[in-house]
Amino acid sequence: MTSGKFGLVVLGMGMVTYIPRWLPLFFLSRRSLPQWLVEWLDLIPAAILGALLLPELITSGQPRHIEWMRPECIAAIPTFIIAMLTRSLGWTVIAGMVIYGLVEKWMFL
Amino acid sequence: MNPLSSISNDGSIKAIQQGLWAAWPICIGYIPIGLALGLLAQKAGLGPLEIGLMSVFVFAGSAQFIAVSMISSGSAPLAIIMTTFVVNLRHLLMSSSLSLYCRNAGKTTLAFFAYGITDESFAVNQLRFKEGKWTISQALTVNHASNLVWILSTIAGGYGGRFIPPHAFGVDYALIAMFICLLIFQIKGPIYATTAVIGGCTAVVLSLIIPGNLYVVIASVLAATIGLRIRVRARNKLKLKIERLKLKARS
Repeated sequence: MTSGKFGLVVLGMGMVTYIPRWLPLFFLSRRSLPQWLVEWLDLIPAAILGALLLPELITSGQPRHIEWMRPECIAAIPTFIIAMLTRSLGWTVIAGMVIYGLVEKWMFL
Repeated sequence: MNPLSSISNDGSIKAIQQGLWAAWPICIGYIPIGLALGLLAQKAGLGPLEIGLMSVFVFAGSAQFIAVSMISSGSAPLAIIMTTFVVNLRHLLMSSSLSLYCRNAGKTTLAFFAYGITDESFAVNQLRFKEGKWTISQALTVNHASNLVWILSTIAGGYGGRFIPPHAFGVDYALIAMFICLLIFQIKGPIYATTAVIGGCTAVVLSLIIPGNLYVVIASVLAATIGLRIRVRARNKLKLKIERLKLKARS
């Protein structure tokens, strides 16, 4: 990719990332939100993280299809446990990477 | 939720210290992820300056990972930008959630704060805001501290990438591990776990049907809505039970 194109990509990415972060903050912080909306927004992080994670664990490829015994999925189980035990982002990430590396090696031996 | 907690824009050193303390785990978590991203970006042919630029302008780990892999496979700029938009759309929802606590913030403060809204800073700030006693100053510190560490980590990864073979150290898993940890943080009760599972299953089904990343937003909105219904129904059932018990106690 040429640096001209890259500059364009970065600028574009920056804009489409910043505006959704800014709009609600700017317009909603001065308004009172109804209780149901507050409760709905409270559930959003869990919903998003679930929606981001599960496909990463059990689907893959072009076109996407379900694959049950992916190393990502297998490594996720101990990673979940470590996350629950340590409650630490740093340790979970490091442990996850190590476990994944090991599972990958072991699976393709 | 304490509405008074967000009123004072306390710029004292103590606020910054508290912000740094809260940001610390995010910073630690960002280092391996940032290094991993820098590495992958280097393999994709990007130099440290370009990597740093992307981190400064975008500041979104998952989007940057996806963008780097799209650059590797020669995707068009517009496709990369649109994918970034969809992947980061969830920040719209997070920003809405945070707006509850930013009642009395000035426009400039909000503009700065918006820049740093990421999954991790959101998770930390939202929790602290909800507990009360958290102000925008502390939240801003969290955002900017983690931002700095992120930018530096990705650049460092870019430099170090030459010395490390691709796929080493399980680097491709850094992002997934991060999401797993953040999900655990979010499961503050059974309704959250239920919502996450619904979100996950819906997302899987949708991802098989719809190409691209839009399925994330659709699945999230659906799951949160269903979760809300479940929560409200459960609460109403509980109310009914209590009413009946009260009636019994009187008679």
